[in-house]
Amino acid sequence: MRKIVLSLVILLFSMSGAMAADPVKIGMITTLSTKAGYLGEDIRDGFKLAIDQGQGKLGNIPVELMVEDDGRKPEKGRQIAERFMKRDKAQILTGIVFSNVAMAVVPKIVRSGAFYVSPNAGPSKLAGKGCDKNYFNVAWQNDNLHEAVGQYVTEKKYNNVYLLAPNYPAGKDALAGFKRFYKGKVAGEVYTTLGQSDYAAELASLRAAKPDAVYFFLPGGMGINFIKQYAQAGLNETTPLFGPAFSFDERILKAVGDAAVGVVNGSQWSADLDTPENMAFVAAFRKAYGRTPTLYASQGYDAALLIGSALAAVKGDVSQSDAFRAALEKADFPTVRGAFKFGKNHHPVQDIYVREVIKDEQGNFTNRLLKKVFTDHADAYGPECSMK
Amino acid sequence: MLLFIEQLLNGLQLGVMLFLMSAGLTLVFGIMQVINLAHGSFYMIGAYVAATVAARSGSFLLGMAVALPVAAAVGMTVELTVLRRLYKRDHLDQVLATFGLIFFFNELTRIIWGRQPLFMDIPAWLGGAVELLPGVHYPVYRLAIILVGVLVALFLYLLFSRTRLGMQIRAGASNREMVAALGVNIRLLYTLVFGLGTMLAALAGIMAGPILAVEAGMGESILILTFVVIVIGGIGSVRGALIGALLVGMVDTMGRAFLPDVLRFVFSPATADTLGASLSSMSVYIFMAMVLTFKPAGLFPAHN
Repeated sequence: MRKIVLSLVILLFSMSGAMAADPVKIGMITTLSTKAGYLGEDIRDGFKLAIDQGQGKLGNIPVELMVEDDGRKPEKGRQIAERFMKRDKAQILTGIVFSNVAMAVVPKIVRSGAFYVSPNAGPSKLAGKGCDKNYFNVAWQNDNLHEAVGQYVTEKKYNNVYLLAPNYPAGKDALAGFKRFYKGKVAGEVYTTLGQSDYAAELASLRAAKPDAVYFFLPGGMGINFIKQYAQAGLNETTPLFGPAFSFDERILKAVGDAAVGVVNGSQWSADLDTPENMAFVAAFRKAYGRTPTLYASQGYDAALLIGSALAAVKGDVSQSDAFRAALEKADFPTVRGAFKFGKNHHPVQDIYVREVIKDEQGNFTNRLLKKVFTDHADAYGPECSMK
Repeated sequence: MLLFIEQLLNGLQLGVMLFLMSAGLTLVFGIMQVINLAHGSFYMIGAYVAATVAARSGSFLLGMAVALPVAAAVGMTVELTVLRRLYKRDHLDQVLATFGLIFFFNELTRIIWGRQPLFMDIPAWLGGAVELLPGVHYPVYRLAIILVGVLVALFLYLLFSRTRLGMQIRAGASNREMVAALGVNIRLLYTLVFGLGTMLAALAGIMAGPILAVEAGMGESILILTFVVIVIGGIGSVRGALIGALLVGMVDTMGRAFLPDVLRFVFSPATADTLGASLSSMSVYIFMAMVLTFKPAGLFPAHN
């Protein structure tokens, strides 16, 4: 009898010891420095909020989040990924903001058998020919938000749209995504230098082309510059401006001021999306960090919850990779944007909305949902993916 | 034709902006023989301080009045603590040290102001557009930038040609040992010149604040063009900086505005657009290469 009790006690101790000593490690490679550092900051804060709400646990499994800054550089991202996998033995990675970093890092991670859950970057290659069973994107495929605006602009009967994007792959993809659903004429298609700050010359040509609407994709500071200068040139009074949510997150709006009010933009999420999960998330985020979450924060939060749902299914044992993957594929978690499914290429099949920039009663600039444009929208690259 | 006039004004305005930046840089380089990569940081500091003060007080002019001396003070502190140790070193050491300063200032602004880009609005009395010619509407604020640039050019001309300080600066540029031997306090002169250069960069930053995003790292994008300007104009020459800045502003703007259209005469529209986008971003550098082929020391070399 004593022996049995003793061995039970020892067993109990060793079990609890094992549980306490081995939280599941999650490696987050993200962009915290450079001008775009706030994107990574919001993804990280959204992810951490989910962990903090579970008191250090995701899906009731203790986790340890390691965060490192890739500085927007692909080679640095690769080094961090290697360190997370080799030194820290992390089997779950996440966090990359930029598609060029994702293209350099993700194939390496999934080839070694680890899992990667993307909270942002969704380059077409990883959704199509380069899809992988261990790669999941919880946000969107890069083209999706542009496609939604293309559809909306067509529905609103705009017929002569001027297009503008930076001269790099994501810029060309953006306009290709827009044109996939836009059926009217193209008044002009201009590619600017990446990082350009003054758009006076482009705006003068734009005015001369007399379009009935303008669609632009200029992420980060470039967007702030463009929107301000667009309004200063008086164009916002004559020609409506459209864009993806990337240029209209709450942080950019604060720097743009009145110039962005009224602009319609495409997004899979909005802070005023009326679901209990989302209301609770927005309130908790504001309380924890003192600012309104951006879509990046919502994506970080959803990534954490998705990982949590799969960790719960395998009781924290990521080495059961088939079971873990099957649980991820179900996307069975209380997402803040409303339920969605994964397509066979592991990208969301989800509703996409357009929002309008408004000034609320307190004088803050934010987005208001305008209309659901797509229901259960899947990306265009799924058929190229060989996964079943 | 009307579009062409508008683009000319745009080119002029960009040129003036570049002149404010490059006048300070070329002075520092020509007189002190220091390559100062951190020049863009003073542009950023000017914009940040002005945006903060303008947001608190609601006055753009007050923002400018505070930001200029603050930037000059920061600049002179940098001269006293860092650059003074580098005058005798070679250019590589100077590049490394001032490159480090860029990181230092970018991180400092993130610590003080956070990652959130600041908002700065055009003052109401400079808002809107005027009709210069029938059909040519131009924003008043951009005209104000051009005016500020002209005034600064005039001020520098008078400073250099009509004052004792200007004479000493010019003398210091051609032979500093001799000037020191004649009893001019060359150290004080250097600090003053550096402060002046910093203030011009800050002025450019303040003027850019309402049109651009005020954010950490904003100085680097204009810094490269500034270096192109002083290389084209001839290092150390303020007149060269003025001509170089206007040329670069024009070439850049005209390239962006008209190159794709010109290429359409030769290529298919799709090819012309792609080629035009790439070529126009290179146009300034191609122009620099051409100038250097015929004038290796720039258009107005300060030293023979």
